[in-house]
Amino acid sequence: MNLQIYFIEFSYLLASVLFILGLKGLSHPETAKRGMHLAEFGMMMAIIGTLMHFEIVSYTWIIVGLLVGSTLGLAMGVWVPMTAMPQRTALSHAFGAFAAALVGIAEYYSYTHGFKPLAELGHVKMGAMGFEIMLGSLTTTGSLIAFGKLQGIVPGKPLVYRGQNIFNMTLLAVTIGLFIYLIFVPTAVIPFYVMLTLAFLFGILLVLPIGSADMPVVMSLLNSYAGLASAATGFVLNNKVLIIAGTLDGFSGFILSILMCRAMNRSITNVLFGAFGSAAPVVGIEGQQGEMREVSLDDIAVQLAYANKVVFVPGYGLATAQAQHAVRELASVLERRGVTVKYGIHPVAGRMPGHMNVLLAEANVPYSQLYELEQINPEFPTTDVAMVIGANDVVNPDARDNPNSPIAGMPILEVDHAKSVVVLKRGQGKGFSGLENPLFFKPVTGMLYGDAKDTLTKLVGAVQHV
Amino acid sequence: MSSESMIAAIYVFALAAFLGYQVISRVPPLLHTPLMSATNAISGISLVGSIVIAGGTGPHHSKVAMVLGFIAVVCSTTNVVGGFVITDRMLRMFKRKK
Repeated sequence: MNLQIYFIEFSYLLASVLFILGLKGLSHPETAKRGMHLAEFGMMMAIIGTLMHFEIVSYTWIIVGLLVGSTLGLAMGVWVPMTAMPQRTALSHAFGAFAAALVGIAEYYSYTHGFKPLAELGHVKMGAMGFEIMLGSLTTTGSLIAFGKLQGIVPGKPLVYRGQNIFNMTLLAVTIGLFIYLIFVPTAVIPFYVMLTLAFLFGILLVLPIGSADMPVVMSLLNSYAGLASAATGFVLNNKVLIIAGTLDGFSGFILSILMCRAMNRSITNVLFGAFGSAAPVVGIEGQQGEMREVSLDDIAVQLAYANKVVFVPGYGLATAQAQHAVRELASVLERRGVTVKYGIHPVAGRMPGHMNVLLAEANVPYSQLYELEQINPEFPTTDVAMVIGANDVVNPDARDNPNSPIAGMPILEVDHAKSVVVLKRGQGKGFSGLENPLFFKPVTGMLYGDAKDTLTKLVGAVQHV
Repeated sequence: MSSESMIAAIYVFALAAFLGYQVISRVPPLLHTPLMSATNAISGISLVGSIVIAGGTGPHHSKVAMVLGFIAVVCSTTNVVGGFVITDRMLRMFKRKK
């Protein structure tokens, strides 16, 4: 071993340690920034180390690639609004997975076209490579569909047809069958490209039937797959830092998937193959539905102004209406009057884990006012006004009261325990899941229809005139 | 890949998985979005693999592999730079008090 290799390996080891420290920093908002700077430094060292690689013949494409990528990344990083964070994240899962798949394909091509000794392409290596390519390609297309759904290019409603699950399962089985065949016969070029195509196709078909409301789980799962594809790249190239970083990413996504599923009381299989909210017959409690009570803006303004404690419960509607700044303004006005303001955040509110927290933080809401489900639920009985902004399923009391409901058992924010509930809603329609929400019919609940941002801005004015 | 290096790689994988579980389960839901973009940026480390392929290593190197490597470099770099920039931007917004 010469000095160069020691340097490269050292840079990778340093990067691995710094990545772990960086993620450890994320356990608290105060330490998170420094943690990320450590991780950034680690990344830089690893890249510099790699550029020292003695086998590299030409730097032209590397430098062009680094420049183009940095420009794209910087543009995305600076200009993407916080409301579009789920789309951006979906896109970056696609990029990461695509890069992993491409590295695998390039390696396979080099082996089977005589650029690298075919004898080195053993069963083990082919196994790692096949895994990388399969997972990488299906995550690429799956994430692109998720991106399309979040961006509104692809319909957010689940796309279902008869025999869908059987068709998808067969497709997956054939893909895995080809993968296993390739492990035994690595030189089978045609089966390889068929497997590649099927994996790309499967990614599309996997995500198409999943409804927008299930996006937090899908995002987490795709995150996990993209990470594992990177880890598999590490196995193929026998590169430890790649294995470590990929595994951290993969497990992070996995843990988030489990947390999101738990927050909806559903299993991952159910999310992937259940096509939730497509055509499920709704079993409501009979006779419970009455009239929704529409309230006037001024009444609510008075209620808010004379309240002791107000809890805001945001949902995806807050993001679509871009109402995060308006809610913050209303909160400030109330606080100046001595009202205690808190925010109750459900884990699956929004389209990705933590979505609401980021939006509210953007609007300068201090994080000490953001409360998790378990923390805020005991507070509702002493809350004067609970204001639901563009959230639906996460406050649906049926999840708690009606064992026949499709969302039975899902932990909810128990706003109906508050002394008064105000629901800001665009129209009288049902939520994304298509479920009736008994909360809207409770005597304690008042409905305020209209664009959330507009309504909140008007409320600010009205409260000031109380 | 020899079986020894494969076994070593599996060791690394298993330990990283264990460590990842420990570290990431301590991240509060408050920071789940930054967590996702941070891990995304970090796993953009696959850039180091793409670089070596785009640079055409070895005595014989294939043009096809180099082109694929080049696209992979673009994708990974976008993730690394975009991921870190956006994570920083988000974390700067989280404040305890006004």
